[in-house]
Amino acid sequence: MPSNRILIAAVLGLCLAGTALAQPRLGRVATPDEIAKQDITIGPDGATLPPGAGSVADGLAVYEANCKSCHGDKGAGGPMDRLTGGIGSLTSGTPVKTVASYWPYATTIFDYVRRAMPYPAPQSLTSDEIYAVIAYLLSIDKIVPEDAVLSEKTLAQVRMPNRDGFISYYPKPPR
Amino acid sequence: MDGSDKRAMRRLESELGEPVAGGGLLHRRAFLRGGVAFAGAVTVAAKVNSAAAAPTIGAESPLSMTRPGKLFTGYGVPARSEEGVRRLFALVANREGAGTSRTPWHMLNGSITPSGLHFERHHNGVPDVDASRHTLLIHGLVKRPLVFTLATLQRYPMETRIHFIECAGNSGALTRPDPAQDTVGGLHGLLSCSEWTGVPVSVLLDEAGIDPRGKWVLAEGADAAGMSRSVPLAKLQDDAMIALYQNGEAVRPEQGYPMRLLLPGYEGNINVKWLRRLKVTEGPMHTRDETSKYTELMPDGKARQFTLPLGPKSVITHPSYGMKIQGPGYYEISGIAWSGAGRVRTVEVSADGGVSWATAALAQPVISKAVTRFRLPWRWSGQMTTLLSRAIDETGDIQPLRKPWMEQYAPGQGFHYNAMQLWAVDPLGNVKNTYA
Repeated sequence: MPSNRILIAAVLGLCLAGTALAQPRLGRVATPDEIAKQDITIGPDGATLPPGAGSVADGLAVYEANCKSCHGDKGAGGPMDRLTGGIGSLTSGTPVKTVASYWPYATTIFDYVRRAMPYPAPQSLTSDEIYAVIAYLLSIDKIVPEDAVLSEKTLAQVRMPNRDGFISYYPKPPR
Repeated sequence: MDGSDKRAMRRLESELGEPVAGGGLLHRRAFLRGGVAFAGAVTVAAKVNSAAAAPTIGAESPLSMTRPGKLFTGYGVPARSEEGVRRLFALVANREGAGTSRTPWHMLNGSITPSGLHFERHHNGVPDVDASRHTLLIHGLVKRPLVFTLATLQRYPMETRIHFIECAGNSGALTRPDPAQDTVGGLHGLLSCSEWTGVPVSVLLDEAGIDPRGKWVLAEGADAAGMSRSVPLAKLQDDAMIALYQNGEAVRPEQGYPMRLLLPGYEGNINVKWLRRLKVTEGPMHTRDETSKYTELMPDGKARQFTLPLGPKSVITHPSYGMKIQGPGYYEISGIAWSGAGRVRTVEVSADGGVSWATAALAQPVISKAVTRFRLPWRWSGQMTTLLSRAIDETGDIQPLRKPWMEQYAPGQGFHYNAMQLWAVDPLGNVKNTYA
């Protein structure tokens, strides 16, 4: 009997080893070039921001040409989302959530505008145009000054008014 | 109620037993107990039908029995008379392709959503993805960045599981000051439930080798919105799947063909469709759809973020708004219940506005993070009443009433609504949405 048990244990061991070896491992190693082409995400640290720069004045022209028809004059909204104003309204009875009043990071604007805007032609704006239009939008609520030039070096340093307004409920709500 | 109605009611009572809660709710197994009596009634009716004589039996049969049927089809469609069973539209003004279509639960029964009726929420239309060129890239904080094609993924060991997907904005209309008069599909149709088959994400992450600093994973779709969300790594290592098949066939284009990230129990938006990239990162990327949208502002001006698992929820689908109850007597109250935390443990139904409750029967098997159908026999007296249901999940979490749900948030917030749905029944049998 003991020898049988040893045999069974040996067979089980082989089976388990077989399972581990059966992992297909069929993925092809990605090249740095293909990763660079696909990695369009901009995190809050701005580490992956592309080189470029844009001023408030340049941004006004970009906004008028690409954004105004949906987001209204000076980002006041209509027919689509309002982008400006509403700062200080979040604790009121009628909170107004805009890019200016609600979004915690300016880097998110770059990430989102570059991948998804303008709606009829996403991914059609240059990096310079995107820095410029962010500078223009943020200047409306004086988050950046009138003479601001935003770039890959300065965008992540912009402090949005609602920077500390979010509480992570993952993995659990705070006590 | 005239004399014959009263006699009929008494007969039903003797067959189905006494009510177990107010408003005429019967025991969940009452129908089984009364089964013999119903069968007897059917036999009598059949005898009456065969009274007339005829030279051939064809004269007495429906036309469908007297001539050959239609030929086979390559892909079947519902019956002609079901043409009205369609997804319900609520498109964003001026933005076709960026709205929603909803599952018409009030026209369905059971718990699985037909693939063609699965709700849609797109942020810039349905992309036409070439499956032969589409790839999934896994990179970031990994030892080996990897690329997978659909053909490679199809060679991996797969899993098949049934799970619901619910949009974080589902039922948001019920946060409005006045109860919207709309169907279950119109109000709660951003919920669907399918059988999904695909490759566990954990297997692919293991193959890439996670750097210990990695705690979150950015998931990105190949649509014109480049929809992207930060997912906790722990969820991907738990029960997440790269879904390739939905209800047995390739995932539909509207659901992410050729591959969709399935995160059971998490809000719909994070189940990224047309998945093309997973980037392992230290922290969340704070994308637009996890900051500007799908976060909940509280009265103190702070917003909850990453409220990912959906709470316990239920809604009575039969009867519901738009249906007319055809006079007093026996009906089945039926509905759907689900929870992002696991299995539905209990569904309770009230037919007297929440004064008393009875336990509903749950269609078996009850599956974790899947829609569960519930049923309860009901004898309507013909009087005005309010029907409602509440789900309790296996963690003990109880579906809230609307008032305490609303009080958690600032005015105008509509994400993650899971409060109880009340249906007011008037003496004519009309069913309306009500808040009290």
